[in-house]
Amino acid sequence: MARRAAVIGVGMTQLRSIAPDLSYKEMMFEAAVKAYNDAGVDPRRDVQSFICSSEDFWEGTSIFDEYVPDQIGASLKPVCTISGDGLYSLVTAYMQISTGLIDVAAVEAHSKSSEIVSIRNIMSLALDPVYVRPLGADPYFVAGLEMMRYLHESGNTREQCAKVVEKNRRNALRNPYAAYASETTAQDALASEAVCRPLGRMDIAEPADGAAVVVLASEEKAKDFCDDPVWILGLGWCSDTPCLEAREWGQAAYAKVAADKTFKMAKDVRPKDVDLLEIDDSFSYKELQHLETIGFCKEGEAGILTEKGVTAPDGEIPVNVSGGSLGMGYTFEMAGLQRLCETVLQLRNRAGEHQVKNARTGFVQCWRGIPTASGAAMILASEGS
Amino acid sequence: MTKFMRRAQETGKELAYEAARMAVDSCGLRIEDIESVTMGSAPDAFDGVHMKGEYLIDGAGAWRKPYMRNYVGGGTGVFAPIHGWQHVASGLFDTCLVVCEEKMSSCRPHPQAAFLTIFDNFTERPLGPNLLWIFALEMHRYMHVHKIPKEKIAAVSVKNKKNALDHPCAQLAQKITVEDVLNSEVLVWPVQRLDISPTSDGAAAVVLASEDVAKKITDSPVWIDGVGWNLDTAYWTNRDLYYPQYVENAAKMAYQMAGIKNPRQEIDFAEPYDPFDYKELHHMEGLMLCKKGEAPDLAWEGLTQRDGKLPVCPSGGLLGVGNPIAAAGLMKICELFWQLRREAGKRQIPGDPKTAVAQAWGDLMQVGTVVVMRA
Repeated sequence: MARRAAVIGVGMTQLRSIAPDLSYKEMMFEAAVKAYNDAGVDPRRDVQSFICSSEDFWEGTSIFDEYVPDQIGASLKPVCTISGDGLYSLVTAYMQISTGLIDVAAVEAHSKSSEIVSIRNIMSLALDPVYVRPLGADPYFVAGLEMMRYLHESGNTREQCAKVVEKNRRNALRNPYAAYASETTAQDALASEAVCRPLGRMDIAEPADGAAVVVLASEEKAKDFCDDPVWILGLGWCSDTPCLEAREWGQAAYAKVAADKTFKMAKDVRPKDVDLLEIDDSFSYKELQHLETIGFCKEGEAGILTEKGVTAPDGEIPVNVSGGSLGMGYTFEMAGLQRLCETVLQLRNRAGEHQVKNARTGFVQCWRGIPTASGAAMILASEGS
Repeated sequence: MTKFMRRAQETGKELAYEAARMAVDSCGLRIEDIESVTMGSAPDAFDGVHMKGEYLIDGAGAWRKPYMRNYVGGGTGVFAPIHGWQHVASGLFDTCLVVCEEKMSSCRPHPQAAFLTIFDNFTERPLGPNLLWIFALEMHRYMHVHKIPKEKIAAVSVKNKKNALDHPCAQLAQKITVEDVLNSEVLVWPVQRLDISPTSDGAAAVVLASEDVAKKITDSPVWIDGVGWNLDTAYWTNRDLYYPQYVENAAKMAYQMAGIKNPRQEIDFAEPYDPFDYKELHHMEGLMLCKKGEAPDLAWEGLTQRDGKLPVCPSGGLLGVGNPIAAAGLMKICELFWQLRREAGKRQIPGDPKTAVAQAWGDLMQVGTVVVMRA
């Protein structure tokens, strides 16, 4: 049986559509200081391993791993980068702790997307260079096609996707970290211009700048440092094929495999035991698709549940109470870690105005965005559960 | 591992597939038996493929499996098996396939240009630096502090290119002399053409298994007994480059885990990272296989030859076999495996090697990754 591990501290900067006054290093520093203070650890003395998350092209720097150690107190220490979402880095930290080699690890992810001149052009470079890129299509066609196929297979509607936008943008009004809170209505979302039908502009989460750091500790150390550790009960991650031609477009196979592994590991937890979900909603339809795929409702039900308010903050299955990526802003490789930070705040009863009552167990999930079919999932619970 | 070459006809995906397939076949497993996959590959700028790890998924045999890409620049090739070890030693998986792939030739006219983008975008990039400049600084400092004549460093290049003659995957195996190295074109003094490893395309893969499963698969598993990794500050201009402290830190971490108290006595052979000839010496010192400044003498006196007292880079190293960055690091792990199983053929070192160390290095002369393996 692997050694247990718990989150003992989180730190996140305020997300902003553009942070012209701060470099990524300054944002990382701010998040790190917050997380270390929250956990009560000294990074030079207590933290034995640091794991950062980045993709070179988003950063505009090759081998971005070079530029991470100083601002998080990690130079001349074990540091590595995972080219993936922060949730993958957290998985790596969990594995390092489970081996017994490491007791305390820090995980970092950030986004300085406001410095990317053309997100679409970078995204295009992720398309297969031989078969797909020469077509010269706007990369959002991947989301448009997927949304079309998903709505067709599941029976959910565009109107229900617009409801997700309304819910998450409004949820964000009560979250001080959010960059895109607004009194948006589903009508506004439906009326926004088409990017690739049926995908409209407001179905897409807007990019944001920010940084997040999470401190993880082994069972023994967690209790030394922290009165309210949040335990990782289960985790999973999976990649489906990168070939657009070979994919089952309506089904998020990666999310299903990752969620199944997560629930299998967290033996005693069933979907009905989960008090809140922070799942990928980088496109409106993705929230519905992920909710169905990971087993919280049947295929074709997520839209109706959203309309009925079941996924609202006071509903039976609160989904993205934080505002999600649609309301808080999409932070690329930080997206999963952002959801994890929000979940930890909820499970420690520190979420403030958007606190879900009696939240004990949370489900977090990420997807790596266009054109990938990769994602991770995690179940966390506070001490009392 | 695939053959290392300047311009492979295969795409990166195909290279990854070939190596992954060979590794899985070599232990009689099927891809269905592989529970997790970790990928190592250096900058996306070579291929011009954003999220290169995602692109390589199916080539690496990771379809619908837990799959991640780890990344510590040039140190990736030895960090990838460390990440794979974490998958298995955590208890989450019984098997992990570690694949490292590099296709540098897509970057034209020469992959060196991609390295411009590794420098600080405010303070360094405007100067238009390349890697040779900064390594020349480091080499110069190392030679200056220990008063090392260039001949002793050139002996490393001669040895490794000769060792590579026996490696079927080698790109630049050659019989050359110290004179040849000293007479080769000066690129950035003191770096000359024959001091440097070539840019390459290639891939390598290894299969890791938990103790119980490994014993069912093979009678002679090779154990990963120590792992260590360490990253120094990004401000490389503020460090004394004569000694790689980060390599020492990583080595200490790995030796402690492997229970090695005296590396000079207990390590039978080594595969330190040798993209440049002086780096092999620099890294031998960082790995504490000799005293600071002593490595050039060991090389000059022949102690690091394959039949010497401490064989170093019996594979032929990056100087001889080639340098498809991440794949070159994992090639060193493959060499440890073959040597410790006594399957290295013409490259087999004499005696009965039991304990060996492999190491890689990268970022801005900044990261050390170390693995200790035992038969």
